[in-house]
Amino acid sequence: MAWLNDVIQGILLGGLYALFAAGLSLIFGVMRLVNLAHGDLSLLAAYAALLIVGPLDINPFLSIFLVVLLVAVFGYILQRGFLNFALEDDPMPTILATFGLSIVIQNLLLEVFSANSKGLDAGTIETQALKITDQISIGWFPLITLVTSVVVLFALQLYLNRTRMGRAFRATSDNQEAAQLMGIDNRHLYGLAMAIALGIVAIAGVFLGIRTTFNPSVGPARLIFAYEAVIIGGLGSVWGTLVGGMLLGVAQTIGAHLDPGWGVLAGHLLFLAVLVLRPRGLFAKQVQA
Amino acid sequence: MHAHPVEAAPAAGGPNASPGPRGGVRTSPLAEGLLEVEGVSTGYGSFRALFDVSLHVDEGEILAVIGANGAGKSTLLKTICGLLRTEDSTVRFDGRPIGTLPAHKRVGLGISLVPEGRLVFPSLTVHENLLVGGHSRRTGPWSVSKVRELFPLLDRLMDKQAAHLSGGEQQALAIGRGLMANPRLLLLDEVSLGLAPIVVTELYKAIPRIVAEGTTLIIVEQDIGQAVAVADRIVCLLEGRVVLQGRPDEVTREQISAAYFGI
Repeated sequence: MAWLNDVIQGILLGGLYALFAAGLSLIFGVMRLVNLAHGDLSLLAAYAALLIVGPLDINPFLSIFLVVLLVAVFGYILQRGFLNFALEDDPMPTILATFGLSIVIQNLLLEVFSANSKGLDAGTIETQALKITDQISIGWFPLITLVTSVVVLFALQLYLNRTRMGRAFRATSDNQEAAQLMGIDNRHLYGLAMAIALGIVAIAGVFLGIRTTFNPSVGPARLIFAYEAVIIGGLGSVWGTLVGGMLLGVAQTIGAHLDPGWGVLAGHLLFLAVLVLRPRGLFAKQVQA
Repeated sequence: MHAHPVEAAPAAGGPNASPGPRGGVRTSPLAEGLLEVEGVSTGYGSFRALFDVSLHVDEGEILAVIGANGAGKSTLLKTICGLLRTEDSTVRFDGRPIGTLPAHKRVGLGISLVPEGRLVFPSLTVHENLLVGGHSRRTGPWSVSKVRELFPLLDRLMDKQAAHLSGGEQQALAIGRGLMANPRLLLLDEVSLGLAPIVVTELYKAIPRIVAEGTTLIIVEQDIGQAVAVADRIVCLLEGRVVLQGRPDEVTREQISAAYFGI
């Protein structure tokens, strides 16, 4: 029974990982950009929520809407004003640019907010749980996180499949030059992709801030979990990312159950196993550009 | 200024038609065609692919650009569609300088390229490929149903991923996708490349119907036969230079061969 509980808690945790990973997968798919600052940008969102929640005296959940908007606009400007200039066939310039960005963000946060851990207080909902049996209870907050994640991913999938811009995203992912020939402005589209990606990771950042405490140095770990979720699930698959996040979450919870120090390690081992056995991930897009 | 040795054949409108956007007749050397390329020299990095190339295309005309591999044909098309940019005034479309305009904006003006190698979007369905083709569409006659009429072979493939199409089907899709933008000028790059002759003949049957809808065509081919058969005018490129221009009935096969091989 305890194991079942681990699996359930892992799946719930996977919802949060999927929120971190979705944007990463989207921008890699659309513009082959490896964003090493993704985790730090999610922290930026958490700190933005911290700044908003205090003066406005609102619940962090409510701050999400404003934070998402702010971070999305920031993402668009970041892409159009900076990262677009680093985009080349060679992935190295953007890797270096986002690596630099990651360092800049970490140090700015350190400068402004100090190295002390901060947290977002969402009230009693953080600790309330739905008791299923004596050994299994589902926390309301992890459940809200998972539901949010599913809703966001569903909306993203719908956007990519059904809208004019969504089709443009997928066409650009297949062949950037041919997409331009269809009248698609790739610079604008990249900006939009980054805005959406950071909008989603902003939700993840605020949820992280509610779930646990954070300080300016925790971004890179978030990035690694997000990448692992993307790779396990398979690139280019929105639902694969969710499943990847869940498997990672389950592996970490079970690992932590065996030994409190093994949680993260178990996640990494699962990731490595997938890389060896199914390097393209479990649900990779069937057709490659 | 490059002299055009042969004027365009009179098109609909009669000899007294004014040289407006729909008038196909060049009444004076100063009148602008739909597309004017003037003294374009361009290339990739330090490699120069075009040397002082000039040509014009009138509305409603079919211009065939022929030449051997590496003659600069595809570079010329890239310059016209905006994948390669030059000085503003060296490429003019409907009287407007567009040399520095990016490709996606030229689509909105009415220039579409069907690229060499087809470059359909493999993970998208045929239907989605057509819809993406209409991303920046102008108003005009072409729609998904009209493309299905033009290429009946696409009809039963609409929900199939483009990656699973045969070469001929992909080429039909690429042309249909280009038409979805309702271009005034459609550039076809190497339609026949790698396709069986019977398929090529089938695809070329669509060309009169495309022109009938008022679209102007530039066809680039290595395979001279097909292109010359449908063209109103021929431009022959050799090592990045225009070496021969004229109506098909005015140039001999020998002249074309000479221009093609540079002998």
